[in-house]
Amino acid sequence: MTFQQPKIDTSPKVSDEIRKTTCYMCACRCGINVHMKDGKVAYIEGNRDHPVNQGVLCAKGSAGIMQVNAPSRLKAPMKRVGPRGSGEFEEISWEEALDMAVARLKPLRDNAPEKLAFFTGRDQSQSFTGFWAQNFGTPNFAAHGGFCSVNMAAGGIYTMGGAFWEFGQPDWDRAKLFMIFGVAEDHDSNPIKMGIGKIKGRGGKVIGVNPVRSGYNAVADEWVGITPGTDGLFILSLVHELMKAGKIDLEYLAQFTNAPGLIDPETGLLLRNADDKVMVVDSVTGDLVPFDQKGARPNLGATYKADGKTYTTVMAKMAEKYLDPQYAPENVAEKTGVSAKKIKTIAAELARVAFEESFTLDHAWTDFRGDKHDKMIGRPVAMHAMRGISAHSNGFQTCRALHVLQIVLGTVEVPGGFRFKPPYPKPIEQHPKPHGKVSKSAPLDGPHLGFTRGPEDLMLKEDGSPIRIDKAFTWENPMSSHGLMHMVISNAHAGDPYKIDTLFMYMANMSWNSSMNTRGVIEMLTDKDENGDYVIPYLIYSDAYSSEMVAYADLILPDTTYLERHDCISLLDRPICEADAAADAIRWPVIEPDRDVRGFQSTLIHLANRLGMQGFVNEDGSAKWKDYADYIVNHERKPGIGPLAGFRGKDGDKVGRGEVNPDQLDRYIENGGFFVEHIPEGADYYKPWNSAYQDWAVGMGIYDAPSPYLFQLYSEPMRKFQRAAEGHGDRQPPENLRERVKYVMDPLPFWYEPFEDTAVDLDEYPIHALTQRPMAMYHSWGTQNAWLRQLHGTNPLYLPTKLWEKYGFKEGDWAKVTSTHGTITVPVALQEALNDNTVWTWNAIGKRKGAWALDKDAPEAKQGFLLNHLIHELLPAKGDGLRVANSDPITGQAAWFDLRVKIEKADAPAGEQSQPAFPEIKSPVGQGPDHLEWKVGK
Amino acid sequence: MTDLPTSTEKKLGLVIDLDTCVGCHACVISCKGWNTENYGAPLSDQRPYGEEPMGTFLNRVHSYEVKPEGGAAQTVHFPKSCLHCENAPCVTVCPTGASYKRKEDGIVLVNESSCIGCGLCAWACPYGARELDQAEGVMKKCTLCVDRIYNENLPEVDRVPACVRTCPAGARHFGDFADPESNVSKLTAERGGMDLMPELNTAPVNKYLPPRLKDSWDDESVLAPFLEPVAEETQGFMGWLDKQLSRLPGDVKQTEGAE
Repeated sequence: MTFQQPKIDTSPKVSDEIRKTTCYMCACRCGINVHMKDGKVAYIEGNRDHPVNQGVLCAKGSAGIMQVNAPSRLKAPMKRVGPRGSGEFEEISWEEALDMAVARLKPLRDNAPEKLAFFTGRDQSQSFTGFWAQNFGTPNFAAHGGFCSVNMAAGGIYTMGGAFWEFGQPDWDRAKLFMIFGVAEDHDSNPIKMGIGKIKGRGGKVIGVNPVRSGYNAVADEWVGITPGTDGLFILSLVHELMKAGKIDLEYLAQFTNAPGLIDPETGLLLRNADDKVMVVDSVTGDLVPFDQKGARPNLGATYKADGKTYTTVMAKMAEKYLDPQYAPENVAEKTGVSAKKIKTIAAELARVAFEESFTLDHAWTDFRGDKHDKMIGRPVAMHAMRGISAHSNGFQTCRALHVLQIVLGTVEVPGGFRFKPPYPKPIEQHPKPHGKVSKSAPLDGPHLGFTRGPEDLMLKEDGSPIRIDKAFTWENPMSSHGLMHMVISNAHAGDPYKIDTLFMYMANMSWNSSMNTRGVIEMLTDKDENGDYVIPYLIYSDAYSSEMVAYADLILPDTTYLERHDCISLLDRPICEADAAADAIRWPVIEPDRDVRGFQSTLIHLANRLGMQGFVNEDGSAKWKDYADYIVNHERKPGIGPLAGFRGKDGDKVGRGEVNPDQLDRYIENGGFFVEHIPEGADYYKPWNSAYQDWAVGMGIYDAPSPYLFQLYSEPMRKFQRAAEGHGDRQPPENLRERVKYVMDPLPFWYEPFEDTAVDLDEYPIHALTQRPMAMYHSWGTQNAWLRQLHGTNPLYLPTKLWEKYGFKEGDWAKVTSTHGTITVPVALQEALNDNTVWTWNAIGKRKGAWALDKDAPEAKQGFLLNHLIHELLPAKGDGLRVANSDPITGQAAWFDLRVKIEKADAPAGEQSQPAFPEIKSPVGQGPDHLEWKVGK
Repeated sequence: MTDLPTSTEKKLGLVIDLDTCVGCHACVISCKGWNTENYGAPLSDQRPYGEEPMGTFLNRVHSYEVKPEGGAAQTVHFPKSCLHCENAPCVTVCPTGASYKRKEDGIVLVNESSCIGCGLCAWACPYGARELDQAEGVMKKCTLCVDRIYNENLPEVDRVPACVRTCPAGARHFGDFADPESNVSKLTAERGGMDLMPELNTAPVNKYLPPRLKDSWDDESVLAPFLEPVAEETQGFMGWLDKQLSRLPGDVKQTEGAE
């Protein structure tokens, strides 16, 4: 009998409706099409029109459906009824929850606003949460940048007015050589994957610098398996080679950077005129002129004599520093683990592509000096870097070094190179300074976080003690632009610099994977004083899920999932722009919550209204906004400038600046959930110096006036801090930090040993240990996702061949891993494509038993583990007994990757349970179902 | 025994580029999402929040390490799903006719209403590309999104398999291998697209593009074109700089970054 092929329906109905919103499965903020069936989420795919992802979507994004149905979702407000850490809660009404919060917060605001510490974790609404904290009046606010990547952000902004990811991107369509440093698997998720595909697709080359060869580094054509913490040395060796060979872009350096700036030999500061403009010597006339004078041709090699002093250029200082043989490839090879030949080859390739594959675009443009150019010169070398280079105690200087490398090649903001995304470029002059002046029942005197220009901007009280609980903007970390979230609990527990009353946190898993010294933090959160009261008296927490942190709070204000809420991804905050366009976006409730939960930002508004906070209430005490959606539309930061730049004005036809449009959210929804405004041709490159771009940015409300500037190869703010440490000025570092500040605040980037390397016995702890996040989970809030946890449910410690063989490991073995701080016993696995002296694991796979609605025997809770137990939040004491944060000494970024360990073979612990193990928390949401057949359409 | 068509009008399939696959699993989850909601029974998950979670997937990404002689080890990400073989052993082994290869486009499908879940096809498939759904008791496999690629309810541009539409790196391509002018045929020809285990004579339709040569700079025998120094120390550099600048009086513009 002949086979009869069945007839199938090849055109089934796909969905009832598509609702377009913004993903929140990580921090990448792609556009998504949410297919609805019977009012339920049936399928999620990428939005083809969206500027970030252009239709594609990563594993996290597609798995959003399992986040929205996750059994770990909190169901209602709760108050703690058992001891902290037990997980024993009672569900309460919102009315009761808000009353409880207000009863605690009102007296603080009236008497001592600083006794509230408000820190938000994976918060995408920092311009709003910061506004709330500012109006509450506490100086103690920051988000998670301090333990994430502030070195990257601040290093970029201080050097060139922007960094990677949200600040800028490679010129994906024109770059021919793409070099990535310390980029684990993501950051940002889809654009980098798309970009690598594009560059490789047209035959371009990718160089991956990372001790671990996974993810992007796996597809890199050339892999540099560098020793952790030595990236700065490697980068400066490339700078050395390029300078030595004269393969640097002199015209670019002369016109657009402070390389021709003249250094005062006495102060180390740049020569400025009465208008505070950096002065240069004109190479034609030999005259001393302001850098921005029309027709000026700044001389890189000038010397200038006045008042008996001889001023030399920054360029001369750079030559002196970087031509030094300490940076010669032969002299850095051993430390970096990269052969001299390879360093030289990479330098030669950078030079070849930048200068020999140079091309021009016929885009006429006018620079800030008023000089007209008929073309744009392309230098098709693009770079990108992330936490691998920044999460070290030398991370800030390393990030600066990387920017210096890009700048000497002349490849920033030129075709083929690295490009800023509006509202960047933005020099520090365009950013606020930090603020911390507290008044009772009144707002703080300005935004909390900012960029210090010198000692006068530090957040110090008159007695020199820190204003902030996290000691941000002190001599321990003078340029800590994102705060130090990782120090809050430790400092609050120690009462150093002072005691607080209430710790209020959002989406921050501080009792687990987001803290160093996890066990210590758990103890601090549960520690009681002699009266039997908790040392940290009160803890309010908001999260959408039953994370490990929930158990340690006294009051839980449950958040919604990302498909059930309003949000704005604002130009005032961390926007989603592209190099060719300004863009922002919204989230809106594509489904309504089926539980008694509220969007956290709306909850903050409800609290502010009850507290009568200025900024949130009118003079008669009535509320300005009833919820976050109301705020998004109606709040104006300055007249005509609000959270969303699109569809402003009463007819919705104004862009950037314009009065409030009550229908703005509907217009966003009609437009696919986002708004894009393209940069005109001719304004698209050379943005910091391009008059057309500057004018466009003013029109968009990005600047108040054109603000061209020079790239800061030589950092004057750093020099000012260094100079104070040398004994100048009213504000000088305390003696225990004086030498350190003098040393690390070098105004030209340099490399120094990571602090842990100098603090521990490297013969005893010879091995580097670090973590990465897998692509399918990077920045995602929880591995409880039913689909994603099937991809990455365990996290062995990966060992390179050399260590594997040295210690005689076999498949299935366990190891005891010890640092100066602690010991863990964990399963191991072999990875050959790994730096010879480095071990690593996936971070945040390990879960506490009872959290995330997972079974207590789930692999995450059994074999899964955290490296955090090995890392202390403080560096070991020096002779003076004083301990400082295990952080970058400039920005305070947590130095996660400085960790040194030793390893030995161990017997598998009883029950194959990774150690240390913690008691099970009682789950406030029960446990997930034992099977799923997810199909919403029938 | 189920017969294979003697020939098919089209040979629809995928080209997967191992040079650009970053191993992100986007295709895996997008496939899971589409196919749990669409063709046939949902792709179930057992113990989704428990010990040993185990669900049905039609596409999985495996990662391997390769160590070339004397070179650094490399990581290769290898996505794997049904290859829609021309000589599909999973079809001929099927006792009920549930497994079949479509004559119009060559897609290998399972008719779930006649599948008895005996598992013979999964045993016969040398690629491990079929999974028996534990909840439904039927065999699940890649359908090449047969309910997308012809679906008139989707915009034309979206009539591709979910994995292809979502792949961020652009490492997955869909087309007709019977047409030598198709995108997939051309890519296969240009990049040396390969069959998986050709010795088995399954004649898979899907092709894999091999990773390009890596780590060429590690080869110590190759003489690299190093940069020629113009200066070894500060004074020499400033002298060179002076020359560069004085060579072009009044117009630094022509220097083009140091020749």
